[in-house]
Amino acid sequence: MPRSPFVPIFLGDCPWPRYLWRVTVEPRLAEQNAAIALPEPFLRWFGEKGWSPRAHQIELLAKAQSGQSVLLIAPTGAGKTLAGFLPSLTELAVRPRRKPGQAHRGIHTLYISPLKALAVDIERNLGKPVEEIGLPVTIETRTGDTPSHKRQRQKLVPPDILLTTPEQLALLIAAPDARRFFEDLRYVVLDELHSLVTSKRGHLLALGLARLRNYVPGLQTIGLSATVAEPDELRRWLVSQNPAGGMAGLITVAGGAKPDISILDSRERVPWSGHSARYAIPEIYEAIKRHRTTLLFVNTRSQAELLFQELWRANEDSLPIALHHGSLDVGQRRRVEKAMGENALRAIVATSTLDLGIDWGDVDLVVHVGAPKGASRLAQRIGRANHRMDEPSKAILIPANRFEVLECRAALDANYLGAQDTPPLINGALDVLSQHVLGVACGAPFDADHLFEEVRSAAPYAGLTRETFDRVVDFVATGGYALKNYERYARIRKTKDGLWRVSHPRVAQQYRLNVGTIVEMPELNVRYVRQGRGMAGRGGPVLGKIEEYFAETLRPGDNFLFAGKVLRFEGIRENECVVSNGAGANIIVPSYAGGKFPLSTYLADQVRGMLADSDRWQALPEQVADWLRLQKEKSVLPKRGDLLVETFPRGNRHYMVAYPFEGRLAHQTLGMLLTRRLERANARPLGFVATDYSLAVWALDDMAALFKARKPSLAALFDEDMLGDDLEAWLNDSWMLKRTFRTCAVIAGLIEKRFPGQEKSGRQVTVSADLIYDVLRSHEPDHILLQATRTDASAGLLDVSRLADMLSRVRGRIMHKHLKQISPLAVPVMLEIGKESVNGGANESLLMEAADLVEEAMGRS
Amino acid sequence: MNFSLTRTSLIAEADLVGIAGERAVCDPRGVLFFPELRLLAVSDLHLEKGSSLARRGALIPPYDTGATLLRLQAVTSDYQPSIVISLGDSFHDGGGAERMHASFRERLEALMAGRDWFWVAGNHDPEAPADLPGETVRELAIGSLLFRHEPSKVRVEGEIAGHLHPCARIVQRGRSVRRRCFAGDGGRMIMPAFGAYTGSLNVLDRAYAGLFRLETLMAYMLGSDRIFAISRSMLRPG
Repeated sequence: MPRSPFVPIFLGDCPWPRYLWRVTVEPRLAEQNAAIALPEPFLRWFGEKGWSPRAHQIELLAKAQSGQSVLLIAPTGAGKTLAGFLPSLTELAVRPRRKPGQAHRGIHTLYISPLKALAVDIERNLGKPVEEIGLPVTIETRTGDTPSHKRQRQKLVPPDILLTTPEQLALLIAAPDARRFFEDLRYVVLDELHSLVTSKRGHLLALGLARLRNYVPGLQTIGLSATVAEPDELRRWLVSQNPAGGMAGLITVAGGAKPDISILDSRERVPWSGHSARYAIPEIYEAIKRHRTTLLFVNTRSQAELLFQELWRANEDSLPIALHHGSLDVGQRRRVEKAMGENALRAIVATSTLDLGIDWGDVDLVVHVGAPKGASRLAQRIGRANHRMDEPSKAILIPANRFEVLECRAALDANYLGAQDTPPLINGALDVLSQHVLGVACGAPFDADHLFEEVRSAAPYAGLTRETFDRVVDFVATGGYALKNYERYARIRKTKDGLWRVSHPRVAQQYRLNVGTIVEMPELNVRYVRQGRGMAGRGGPVLGKIEEYFAETLRPGDNFLFAGKVLRFEGIRENECVVSNGAGANIIVPSYAGGKFPLSTYLADQVRGMLADSDRWQALPEQVADWLRLQKEKSVLPKRGDLLVETFPRGNRHYMVAYPFEGRLAHQTLGMLLTRRLERANARPLGFVATDYSLAVWALDDMAALFKARKPSLAALFDEDMLGDDLEAWLNDSWMLKRTFRTCAVIAGLIEKRFPGQEKSGRQVTVSADLIYDVLRSHEPDHILLQATRTDASAGLLDVSRLADMLSRVRGRIMHKHLKQISPLAVPVMLEIGKESVNGGANESLLMEAADLVEEAMGRS
Repeated sequence: MNFSLTRTSLIAEADLVGIAGERAVCDPRGVLFFPELRLLAVSDLHLEKGSSLARRGALIPPYDTGATLLRLQAVTSDYQPSIVISLGDSFHDGGGAERMHASFRERLEALMAGRDWFWVAGNHDPEAPADLPGETVRELAIGSLLFRHEPSKVRVEGEIAGHLHPCARIVQRGRSVRRRCFAGDGGRMIMPAFGAYTGSLNVLDRAYAGLFRLETLMAYMLGSDRIFAISRSMLRPG
């Protein structure tokens, strides 16, 4: 594939990946700059290779040398990683060598990435040029996999550059020798910053950085990021917010070649609803055959399993097609990654596990199955293809249903416009702060006034009040309960010198076991045994993990799809789900919690705009445009800012369908609240179902008649005041809040993480998070951990702020259309009825059914 | 059926469960009441479990004792029993009674007043609770019933025990529901744990092997205001 004269160098003897260092013909200016900033060995080495550095690499070096922290925003393939390390390498190159007998020096540069694998990748790729230039620089990784003897040695003889993860930084800070270990630190390089900052891991990392700045006041940070909507948020994140408003310098590298993205214009009929995109399998398979390596992205692990299965069914040529998602066994994932690196695969079906900046092999086509849900997410995923900035990436979007066609179109338009919709940063979480406060105490005694100032210098916590901080410290010490029972069991205590200290070495031990912000759902290993051996079968390989709640719904003999295989469920043995080879027609696909991204606000607005403007329908496939025309004829299409609500009878029920386009989570919350209100209005609602685009509620009574009689009016039904008491009342009993509470309680250190093998004894020895939640809620509803839980749930699972924005936007703009029958636009959501049930308070009715069955069987009814 | 009645004569025949000839109400709040004996049995209160774990560094909310006593207060005031049997593991550890907050101690003593109160010794609390009234016994026989903490390995007709914290699980319409339960086969009964912080163990677990006549085993699962009687064939492990 002769695409560029330099290709042979990249593919052949280039010792590190293309994205790290590449041949470019840069403007002469860059060369002059290079001559100024780069030490002699670097220039000689560049000369030997016939290469020259890029302008942004030199610019970053110059800014760093002037003492600034810097944010580098660049698309994939721009040589970001090298740029990030250039200030460290040039400085280390000219640093005087340590004389024998002199004390070992501390870490010079800390590199932090969200993925262990990325740290390992960088070690390999940075080592080669360092060796060739002849730099006296040591580079080592420190991750959860690093053996303890190596960790010990790293403490005594620290490497110059340490590559690690946010959790490991937290652990290093909690060690008694932290200050000495970091006293020579000059730079912290933060890779994939855009993905780190949006989560609680980002909060933990921001607090860690604040601690490092306390050790080394002149510390500089270098953030590497993909394009984001609000660069200034990241610039503030990188530096101390004391004084407030400080920002890192900014270098932006304009996007490379415009990606070549198309939407599949299928010969087949695009379905009304569903997510499988099964209709497009033959066309996807043809595309795979036409390309060297195809990367297929899906949004969820269930979809990955399904797509993989369907592709193999179509795979007449037995092309090497692999599956990669986060629930598969690590060994299997590594094998797939290796095969990919060796270009031994023709296609890989993957979820977001491959989203981040690792690239393997020569991907020349990205297929995105299902709607991308966000324009920035689409851009980042498509960046996987080629990974060369100057060549266009090639991608095909496969919408799984008709609304997704609109969404794909909107994402594609956004991509051409360069629009970004990365989520805004949120305030630092209090459970993470609790963990950090304990970690700081494990490292060294702290003064509360000083620590408060330090915490507030981290951007996510800039708005923290002293009162909240003191409550967090109180929580860490004794649980922070109104009933002061636990003074004598305090984990940290204020001593006479005014400093807070850990009260017992055991506290630090417990802290180290529980550090981090990633709390998994309870999971079971999937253990394979030979068929016919049942539960007695001896242990075969572990195929991966599935969530406990899914395994619990299986019956021995059920067949389900996992790791690309049909498996027969044999039973649950301790913390393992035992399976054998399966077959048969009724195959269940596991559902996984999380992983379903809601439609971004930006795309939602674009889709509403597209619906309202029939001129833009020309860009849509004919069958989809027809569908919209039909809707216009039979009902109405809302204006961009309006909310359309349709009502119609069907069977002996009355339906109401609303089209807010605010994403599934916000719609679910809205559905819960609307049904509560309709219940009070005696409309006798029976249920609701929510999709990313719309919401359907059904009731025994005629809701249209109620609206007409203004009992209540439609405007009153959708009034913002539903977010007050109704939300509060519903929330308190919601299973979503319990799930969120568990996560917060683990992060905050109230309950311990579950480790494999502990599950069995766990139920009897420890107290389940649900029980703690119930007791705490009824006795101290204002407890700080419940506050943190409500904040989390409102932002995450419930998307309350988005719902609030929508309700205020549509005030006075709700358009009611009463119909004799279902409208074309309503069909997709109506098809979801019965497929997705909302997990509400229906457990009692299930018990009732079971009990009635028993009665019936015994002839007592 | 609502059991929140102060006049026990209103208990309907159909809601009574037979144990070795005696008849008892399985209350959905997790207590057993024998109307003819005016006897209330409750098991595995595990009072002061919160502070017990706090001693080891897990600072979970110190409200479990209060929560458990409040619920106990509610059932005693509904049934007005003259005899109360706490079937062992009343305190989570031997020091529990001493650690109990003064206000909780008062609450407990108030609801003990005027009743014959028996503390059956459990594995967590083999000794009598410090400074509390009531009589501590290893086991207690009343009529054809035998109350003890751990179920005997050999079958004993009329035995009422706790210790195992039974729960049961069903799957209906692809969804799993797990609840605490009474487990009984007509001859003996194992009671659910009553304490606010007590976990539970599925009745199909090995730990129950040999305790029941399987063909008549029923799990009386606790609903929010009624009991659901589920036969063994409907139950799932785990």
